[in-house]
Amino acid sequence: MIVYKYLAEVLFYALVCLTFAGGIMAVRSRMLMHAVLGLAATLFGVAGLYFHLGSPFLAMMQILIYVGAVCIIIVLGVMLGNTPDQLATKNLTGRNMPLALLACATGFIALFVATISRTEFTPATEKIGNMSIEFVGESLLLQYCLAFELISVILLTAIIGSIILARGGREEKSS
Amino acid sequence: MMISNNLNTYLIISVVLLVIGLYGMVQHRSLIGMLISSEFILNGAALNFMAFNRFVAPNPAVGQIYTLFIMGIAAAEAAIVVSIIITVYRKYNSEDPEELRDMKM
Repeated sequence: MIVYKYLAEVLFYALVCLTFAGGIMAVRSRMLMHAVLGLAATLFGVAGLYFHLGSPFLAMMQILIYVGAVCIIIVLGVMLGNTPDQLATKNLTGRNMPLALLACATGFIALFVATISRTEFTPATEKIGNMSIEFVGESLLLQYCLAFELISVILLTAIIGSIILARGGREEKSS
Repeated sequence: MMISNNLNTYLIISVVLLVIGLYGMVQHRSLIGMLISSEFILNGAALNFMAFNRFVAPNPAVGQIYTLFIMGIAAAEAAIVVSIIITVYRKYNSEDPEELRDMKM
């Protein structure tokens, strides 16, 4: 059994490496398509971390929604926009680089020091329920019913809004 | 003690995700790149929720539900932002955020 424990640990390191490598690829690549690929790698890594955190359901949902839907939408956006040559020349000009590095280093150090090394998080003494899908589904339909309905309203609004936004220009052009 | 079974590890990972997103948001020169960076920030927040849910929270369903809601919001946001980008590209023929000076369509 101890072998599986170490195997899970190695897998965890691999997932963290995948997450960070995808992130670096997404921010440092010249082509936007490579950036989307890096985003997909990061999302896979985070899905594996959800698995480690004891929720296979969320790992599935992460792959289904983020990798399956959001990445495809972004790829569509990339393909409908500028051509890759136009973007490659101006994507990494380096003008914002010192500002970006400064902001990120400051934010990282501040968050690291303030929240991680100085705060003690005490676990709850008593747990109700468990991590299973059944419990999540029950809570969604009983305790968090209003939020559940609101999220469907938000999704409907997003669908209608994006259709209206994307249609408007086309009619203007054809008339 | 296993490093994968520790709250602080996950917090550090989510801080790194947030910082990567912040860096990309400042540094990318196109609207799509900024959208990609915002997905990183949202993922960092979701991972934070899941980590606290696993190690600290008394009710283990709350963090999962929050993460599901973050995913739903991110999907809606991506759809709307991509359609806005398509409209902006039709109007200005460019995706550079610095060329978008007026909001009149």
